[in-house]
Amino acid sequence: MCLGIPGRITAITDPGRLMAMAEVSGVRREVNVACIAGNHLDDLVGQWALIHVGFAMSLIDEDEAEKTLQALKDLGEAQETLEQMALGQEALQ
Amino acid sequence: MNAASPISMRRALRDTHVTMAHGGGGRAMRDLIDEVFTSVFQPPGSEDQARLMTEALQVPGARLAFTTDSFVVTPLEFPGGDIGKLAVCGTVNDLAVGGAKPLWLSAAFVIEEGCEIALLKRIVATMADEAAKAGVRIVTGDTKVVERGKGDGVFITTAGIGVIPPGMDICAVKIRPGDVAIVNGVLGDHGATILAARGDLALSTDLQSDCAGLGHLMQAALAAAPGITAARDCTRGGLASALNEMAAEAGLSIELEETKLPLRTEVVGVCEILGLDPLYLANEGRLVLFCPPDQAEAALAAMRTLPEGEGACIIGRAKAGEAGRVTLRTAFGGARIVDMLVGEQLPRIC
Amino acid sequence: MKFASEFRDPVAARALLTAIAQKADQIGATRAKPVHIMEICGGHTHSIFRYGLDKLIHEGVDFIHGPGCPVCVLPMARVDECVEIAEQPGVIFTTFGDAMRVPGHRKSLMQAKSAGADIRMVYSPLDALELARRNPDRQVVFFGLGFETTTPSTALSIQQAAREGLTNFSVFCNHITVPEPIKALLDDPDMMLDGFIGPGHVSMVIGTHPYDFIARDYGKPLVVAGFEPTDLLQSVLMVLTQIAEGRAAVENQYARVVPEHGNPVSLAAIADVYERRPSFEWRGLGEIDASGLRIRAKYAAFDAEEKFGIGYAAASRNVPEIEGCACGSVMTGKMKPTQCLQFGKGCTPDMPLGALMVSSEGACAAYWQYAGARIAAE
Repeated sequence: MCLGIPGRITAITDPGRLMAMAEVSGVRREVNVACIAGNHLDDLVGQWALIHVGFAMSLIDEDEAEKTLQALKDLGEAQETLEQMALGQEALQ
Repeated sequence: MNAASPISMRRALRDTHVTMAHGGGGRAMRDLIDEVFTSVFQPPGSEDQARLMTEALQVPGARLAFTTDSFVVTPLEFPGGDIGKLAVCGTVNDLAVGGAKPLWLSAAFVIEEGCEIALLKRIVATMADEAAKAGVRIVTGDTKVVERGKGDGVFITTAGIGVIPPGMDICAVKIRPGDVAIVNGVLGDHGATILAARGDLALSTDLQSDCAGLGHLMQAALAAAPGITAARDCTRGGLASALNEMAAEAGLSIELEETKLPLRTEVVGVCEILGLDPLYLANEGRLVLFCPPDQAEAALAAMRTLPEGEGACIIGRAKAGEAGRVTLRTAFGGARIVDMLVGEQLPRIC
Repeated sequence: MKFASEFRDPVAARALLTAIAQKADQIGATRAKPVHIMEICGGHTHSIFRYGLDKLIHEGVDFIHGPGCPVCVLPMARVDECVEIAEQPGVIFTTFGDAMRVPGHRKSLMQAKSAGADIRMVYSPLDALELARRNPDRQVVFFGLGFETTTPSTALSIQQAAREGLTNFSVFCNHITVPEPIKALLDDPDMMLDGFIGPGHVSMVIGTHPYDFIARDYGKPLVVAGFEPTDLLQSVLMVLTQIAEGRAAVENQYARVVPEHGNPVSLAAIADVYERRPSFEWRGLGEIDASGLRIRAKYAAFDAEEKFGIGYAAASRNVPEIEGCACGSVMTGKMKPTQCLQFGKGCTPDMPLGALMVSSEGACAAYWQYAGARIAAE
């Protein structure tokens, strides 16, 4: 129950009903922002959120995203290092 | 066929909307036909049947190509086209992918009572325009009117005749292992545009339908790469459906490369939001053709000289294997089957 | 696509696959004696097959496809009730596309639509609300289907309908919860599970603590995962790492979307609008306590079960499933789709016997469509 995708909030369209415009790869759809609205709706503009069935359900934490990507990068580099070490060992034998 | 009235008998149409009277066979019908259809299409002669000749048919070994298609779409007008454009291009393309030079079309209209006449005129103007671009003439046709609620505005059926030159025999059974699969541009634009245009999903995009006539494109490709074995246009059911049919007919497998599939970002966006697979989205100006690998560059170069072929690229190849199997190599080097569609593809939330 | 395509990087995926292989070897997981990891959520099942991860991953890792597919666990009786409501005069029945083709005893919603019922697919319950505003003389019913990911959006829509004083909008509530069926599976002596991939979007609503009991009381690791291929692979690696280290904890791989304590607004809306049913029927799992939601009395005006007298409260229990249908066993991981006698024979996507072949996330549909299991069946 899970089809949610990241979208960027581009404008507040109906503050009374907590509706905003979100954009996903150039496709636009009005979404409800009740779940992510803080004290000032306008602060949402420019932020990324997880969109599911027309609702922005969670703000995407860019720092956490960066951390996850970094962990992937580190793993990739660690793997490479291990491979190079293995090759180095072989060369010595 | 509804024949054109002699000029002396034509009168200006004052109605703004189609009524049952316009289908009645009498004066009202004559007026509608004259003003909306025949004044624009200008069919040759005024009899019930078009009487036609072309020298190309008289060449020994030449064959007639004949096809028909019906067109229903909601909304009738959408970004990048309308039902008329679909009706002309669809039939032209069905002829073109058989290696035929399209020549003549018929156009039959079933119109719902209450349909705006200005809308009909726009549709007819589009059809005339596309026909001229494709180098075909609309030579005969028909109109009927049905009661309100019994038709979606307009349904159009076109039939088309073309000539296949001697020696030309491209068909799916001729595909050989190793033949590369080429498409002429980004996939799924039409399907995604219609989904967005339907309004009930409340998506807005700048997408346009890819509807286009492919007659000139096929001729150019065939001239540059005479070894082309087969071609099909990718309409309903998308690229995946066309390939599944071709693989089954050829008794071969087809393997696609995910990294080579040309897709517009917005089409990917629509698919991600709705949970759809772009391989199954309808196209109306896309074909897939198979050609021997040593002629691929020539085919691509020829296709890319035309606007309809700007994005031409290789997306995969045929290979020996399970007959009718179409597979996709993912960006990770994994593989999955691209199956025949069951029913329609529905948006999902899971 | 930002926050998505970076997590589909094939280079990162390869590194993860290598790391997984090393960890699997370290644990001693083999094809004959694999590590059984259950991906709870149907969306994860779909991702695994779409990206071919099942084939790419070390053969000592066996994915058990869990019951987190709300369409798959929907008993046929619920579909029958949907059709019954849709066939009431004046009703516009709205539903997500996922439910349209699920077979009922008489008809699917798709078939009921072709027989003349006004059934419309919507992307969002907000669209159903809009239909109600535009059609004041019709009764608009929204089929509230799904786990906690979708539960808040239905709740917020009901609250909005109440604020506007709409009298022609109601929800046929079939929302269910994740932790309860997982407990039922863990209590089943036949189940062999070593770890869990936790549902990413359910967790964005409920947070990670509802799963604490899995690690604490059953000693199994659970990693909450995102839906992109590197998310899934990274989560598998995290589960294997816990197993290798003899630990069992709840970890959050999807921290960019999932907050530890969930979403306060969603949780408040759920608490305001719904209460737990004493028990609820799950296809293949039977009755599970406190696993289904119904609309509270204060919102009775928006409860389709109240309006139409049709639904779980009114229904007779133990409506039998189709003979020969093994959806229950497949869904609880006791059987692979290819082991079901009907797979590819009496049950195919165009003539499905059960929901697992219909639902886009159903294991059977995935095996059929993506994994070439058809070849074995044909």
